Amino acid sequence: MSDIADRVKKIVVEHLGVEADKVTENASFIDDLGADSLDTVELVMAFEEEFGIEIPDDAAETIQTFGDAVKFITKAS
Amino acid sequence: MFDLTGKSALITGASGGIGGAIARALHGAGATVALSGTRVAPLEELAAELGGRAHVIACNLSVAEEVEVLPKKAAEAMGAVDILVNNAGITRDNLFMRMSDEEWQQVIDVNLTSTFRLCRGVLRGMMKARWGRIVNISSVVGATGNPGQGNYAASKAGMVGMSKSLAAEVASRNITVNCVAPGFITTAMTDKLNDEQKARILTQVPAGRMGEADEIGAAVLYLASPEAGYVTGAVLHVNGGMAMI
Repeated sequence: MSDIADRVKKIVVEHLGVEADKVTENASFIDDLGADSLDTVELVMAFEEEFGIEIPDDAAETIQTFGDAVKFITKAS
Repeated sequence: MFDLTGKSALITGASGGIGGAIARALHGAGATVALSGTRVAPLEELAAELGGRAHVIACNLSVAEEVEVLPKKAAEAMGAVDILVNNAGITRDNLFMRMSDEEWQQVIDVNLTSTFRLCRGVLRGMMKARWGRIVNISSVVGATGNPGQGNYAASKAGMVGMSKSLAAEVASRNITVNCVAPGFITTAMTDKLNDEQKARILTQVPAGRMGEADEIGAAVLYLASPEAGYVTGAVLHVNGGMAMI
């Protein structure tokens, strides 16, 4: 697994309090990992800080799964 | 009780009577305060009176860019903004039929839109800290209406609906959002009323006297305190019984 994926997973695990093995490629933050809409905003904030990038609102809306996040951040950073 | 040691508070309109009293109350409970306003001289005076733990940050709330950077400046000066008190407000009174778009817009911009922007600006820090207190200073007229104050009453009622919505969004993060709604309070603004006007107002106030700015400061202090952690989306009316709602 790439360094980015590891760092994203760490944030998700810490923030949502879920087991690391639940955070799979297609795991949806809301449907599978128990996030509410505010959690997703906070996750995006945490990604922005961790990777020093800006994630605009319309892009943030497309980040639904762990895989989406890794893909977006890989492209942006 | 009501110990704010280690907490940092941003207070807008701190150059006014009520804002100054709020700043004194929070500072007196141990908070570090950032005093914001358009007039720097009275802010510097207040900061000098408070001694340590007081910062002055000039900001014109009718200028969107200045509002946007105010939370950042306050966080830089104090390390964080744990408590936000949106106290600044203006009036442009006029009868409804004569009220210009400009009079309407100015009051909505300063009283309501800047409150929205400042709340939004401090949320990120509060969410991360998993602790925050927002106290928006509304007014009794936001609940009762007042002739000649259609714009002001709308802005103050708007604050209440906005605060309740935000309160619901962030309650799970230990951030509370409440309003204090003062009635008639002794300030420079009400000093201008003559005795006859004051007497007429007081017939509407069961307590039989005007409120003091300190009494608003005490209400804000309570809502800002750790003890008020289970109070959110509330409007605390401080009006001597003028409107029992």
